[in-house]
Amino acid sequence: MKLARDTWLVFGRYFWIFIHNPAWVVIGVVQPLLYLLLFAPLLKQIQSAPGFPRGGAYNVFVPGLLLQLGLFGAAGVGFSLIAELRMGVIERLRVTPVSRVALLLGRALRDVFSILAQSLILILLALPFGLSVNAVGVVVVLLLIALIGLLTASVAYAVALWTRSENSYAPIVFTATLPILLLSGVLLPLSLAPQWLRNIAAANPLSYAVDAARAVFLARLGDPSVVKGVAIMAGLCVISIFIGARAFGRAVA
Amino acid sequence: MAVGAETAAIETHGLRRVFKTRKQVVEAMLATLLPPSGGTATVAGRNLLTQPDRVRELIGYVSQAGGSDYEVVGRFELVFQGRLYGMSLAAAQKRAAELIEMLELEVCADRPVKTYSGGQKRRLDIGLGLVHNPQLLFLDEPTTGLDPQSRARVWDEVRRMHDRGTTVFLTTHYLDEADALCDRIAIIDYGKIVAEGTPEELKRAVAGDVVTLSVAGSPQAALEVLQAQPYVREASVEEGMVRLYVDRGEVAMPAILRQLDASGLQLLTIGLHRPSLDDVFLRKTGRSLREVAA
Repeated sequence: MKLARDTWLVFGRYFWIFIHNPAWVVIGVVQPLLYLLLFAPLLKQIQSAPGFPRGGAYNVFVPGLLLQLGLFGAAGVGFSLIAELRMGVIERLRVTPVSRVALLLGRALRDVFSILAQSLILILLALPFGLSVNAVGVVVVLLLIALIGLLTASVAYAVALWTRSENSYAPIVFTATLPILLLSGVLLPLSLAPQWLRNIAAANPLSYAVDAARAVFLARLGDPSVVKGVAIMAGLCVISIFIGARAFGRAVA
Repeated sequence: MAVGAETAAIETHGLRRVFKTRKQVVEAMLATLLPPSGGTATVAGRNLLTQPDRVRELIGYVSQAGGSDYEVVGRFELVFQGRLYGMSLAAAQKRAAELIEMLELEVCADRPVKTYSGGQKRRLDIGLGLVHNPQLLFLDEPTTGLDPQSRARVWDEVRRMHDRGTTVFLTTHYLDEADALCDRIAIIDYGKIVAEGTPEELKRAVAGDVVTLSVAGSPQAALEVLQAQPYVREASVEEGMVRLYVDRGEVAMPAILRQLDASGLQLLTIGLHRPSLDDVFLRKTGRSLREVAA
């Protein structure tokens, strides 16, 4: 009860800050749009290559793009937290009786909210290019994106609280996200990859989310990869929220 | 280095170990930001180790950095802070309006904090610490970097809080500030309390008061008479003036007047000089430094 109230309050604060700075929304949409316009047309040519999943270039590419949005959109959230540490905001909030889990969850859910808004815009923009979706599929994919966003944001906030400096935070987060992204099959399906690369990718949790999202977009909702992807993301999400909330509880003044 | 506080609400059992750290760490610990490394501490009547949430309800904390976000509107910050302490939206809005009036922030309350002057931001930060009417307020370097006018307003605010019954735990590098605002002072050097007491006690313990006087004729005659008195610790003549070091100037002065009258010496001028906290600080920390060296 207190957790829900506190989370709602913290969410409200960061939502207020967010809508007063719409620049981020614009930047967040422009980037995937550039991929859609400048990269996806290349896929049209190679979709007949051996190993490329059937179902049309956009139905293969857009799910990956959406999950990438979830990952990268949340990876950068620590910067604002470091600025707040410097202004003493976090210290001030930690002296109040507010729940430490809410301090993390409220702001991470705000991040998820903006990522979901961007994702919906991206899906709508991709429709004229030939993306075909159904309502249930969109809901499942948005759930996956939300889980990836929540997971990544929680870890990103923990890293920001540990490092307390942009100069350490940026290389750690971006060095970590790049291999996760490349080994997930977000850009090109891993069915094109050599076996050794596929073996490494099997250890990357994000690759299961990408498999799940593609299955959904290829209208295979009953595919076991869907349940598997959602379950893996949900499990990691719980662990990362625990880590993030602990970091908020322990942050040194 | 100096910590000024009314220690009535803070019992410091076991704090010796805690104090072996920087003053800000002491403050952060008492304000529940850091778990203590050992010992026990009771803050505002609650056990810091076992009931940090109960402590949080009763204390306010204003860090040196402040605590308001530059991008956010001042009134929004105050309302949000009240909500975090469990107030309803209406109650939090009412309290925010009260604080805005009390701290004279009407002109800037509905603008983002980045447009505030240093003094306005400082008053808003103090307001954030006062939202829930804490029994004990921690103020870390409240006037650092402020112009003299803003500084005087913050001082007034601290005095008003004190008059309303709030205990203020103030850390400051400015000894005149500690002297002006604090009922009790502890001087912390290298994480240890090296002196503690009221400003008057501290000054008296270190230097006593200084009485300077001049008489018609030779100052040597006056010196010889007064040197022998039990309340005079030390006496000398400098530039034709007699300098007497006494424990309590206000008690010693009438006695000095009577003594000079009895000896038939005519007093021309007399002055009482009180030592500043700077004298106390230098004496105390200077000694502590030598101890460390030895």
